[in-house]
Amino acid sequence: MCGIVGLFAKSADVEERLGEHLAAMLVQMSSRGPDSAGVAVYRNPAPTGSSKLTLYSPDAHERWGAVRDGLCDAFGTCAEPSVRASHAVFVVDADAADAERWVRANRPDLRVMSAGQVIEIYKETGLPEDFVRTFALEDIRGTHALGHTRMATESRVTTEGSHPFSTGYDLCLVHNGSLSNHNRLRENLRREGIEFQTENDTEVAAGYLAWRLREGASLEQALEGCLDDLDGFYTFAVGTADGFAVLRDPIACKPAVLAETDDWVAMSSEWRSIAVLPGAADARAWEPEPGVVYAWEKALV
Amino acid sequence: MAVAEREHAAVEIVDLETTSVRELNQRLHDLAAGAAGPRHWRVVNPSGAHAVACGLDAAIEVEIDGHVGYYCAGMNKLAHVHVHGNASTGIAENMMSGRVTVDGNVSQSAGATGRGGLLVVRGNASSRCGISMKGIDIVVGGSVGHMSAFMAQTGTLVVCGDAGEALGDSIYEARLYVAGSVSSLGADCVEKELRDEHVAQVAALLEAADVDADPAGFRRYGSERRLYTFKVDNAY
Repeated sequence: MCGIVGLFAKSADVEERLGEHLAAMLVQMSSRGPDSAGVAVYRNPAPTGSSKLTLYSPDAHERWGAVRDGLCDAFGTCAEPSVRASHAVFVVDADAADAERWVRANRPDLRVMSAGQVIEIYKETGLPEDFVRTFALEDIRGTHALGHTRMATESRVTTEGSHPFSTGYDLCLVHNGSLSNHNRLRENLRREGIEFQTENDTEVAAGYLAWRLREGASLEQALEGCLDDLDGFYTFAVGTADGFAVLRDPIACKPAVLAETDDWVAMSSEWRSIAVLPGAADARAWEPEPGVVYAWEKALV
Repeated sequence: MAVAEREHAAVEIVDLETTSVRELNQRLHDLAAGAAGPRHWRVVNPSGAHAVACGLDAAIEVEIDGHVGYYCAGMNKLAHVHVHGNASTGIAENMMSGRVTVDGNVSQSAGATGRGGLLVVRGNASSRCGISMKGIDIVVGGSVGHMSAFMAQTGTLVVCGDAGEALGDSIYEARLYVAGSVSSLGADCVEKELRDEHVAQVAALLEAADVDADPAGFRRYGSERRLYTFKVDNAY
């Protein structure tokens, strides 16, 4: 099953309360996904020349200060990380590839949840309402966000197997459905140099988009490629540094609803999640057509 | 005013912000078998809840202000249910009799497996509208999505707009009328002549549905009866 949500702010007020709205949407999707929950939030861009990493530690008593000291020695980055539960966000004076390489080489026990300039990813096993509370989601401001509640079918219930998945800088994908050609596609993408951290089918879809974008496709083109190259059922919501897009497979068994007001664009598996947003009753609401890419873009804040 | 008359005239308002769907449905089910109680209900703040006004079995009127989730008015018998908003998957699924009206759009599988009654959608219906219909009449003011009337057995689907791909795939004896374009016909579904009795049937359904369209402006589609199930050699 699984529930997916997306929220794209069009007003300063919604940016200010993005986390609060996202939390409310996510909790509404508990019955679709009680196993784990996660969000990708686009916020606080790192300065030009710097990058931002979200790191996860399985150790509840992780000493993030030691990681900070290591990054300080390597890149002269000495700012304190922003810690939320088992995750910490570091702004590093290096490009994302170098920063990620340092983490993998020096702290293989940590997992890079996201890398880029604007993206932050938080995810954890358990009920959405617990996740929302543990990660203090309601405090988060930002321009746009995606969320996922998981009912596991393809692989184990772990933090790593929780969604969203990011396999490219500032790129994130959430998925409701299941892919049937992910094993073959994963092998093909590995040969193209795309790295995967799990055996999860959704990560392959994220990797596919990362590969197409790397090869020069626009987000729309990359998503249209999914219609030819992915086999299975899917409703995708995709985030990039400045954009947000939705795609359903041509058979469209998996639900999706879109709604828009002057203040926001929202996507969800079900109307219940959108009904909690301000002004929802008067929003323009519609079901996205099968096999059609819907995309919104905004200037970087 | 006598008690019975007052009950008849009163509108019972149920707010789903403060009442559970289970409690609402139980109260509606209690009216089955002719039990006394309100005959006119208004449900407010549905907020996309699932299974609102499901399994009714009484000649009552239920109005719902707002958008509903899955399977609203499923298995409906006798009741008139009116959604002033949109409905998600499976509106009026397996309806037996009565009437369900949706002012807005509906998601997939509207009227699925319906055995009787009338489903009216004033907006658009998405994919698989009328899938496996078994006697229900469906009138859609707008368009329907792909695979509509898939394996439709009997009943009537009237579409005032367009139909998506594979209309009437593997259809049995249902009648399909479409005023606009049809993206493609499914296996064994063919266009058939629109005779006077068909125009009259469409006119009657449009009138019952209170939908404005020219009954003579429709094209009729149905089964060519060439699939496996129609071959006499394959009969038991």
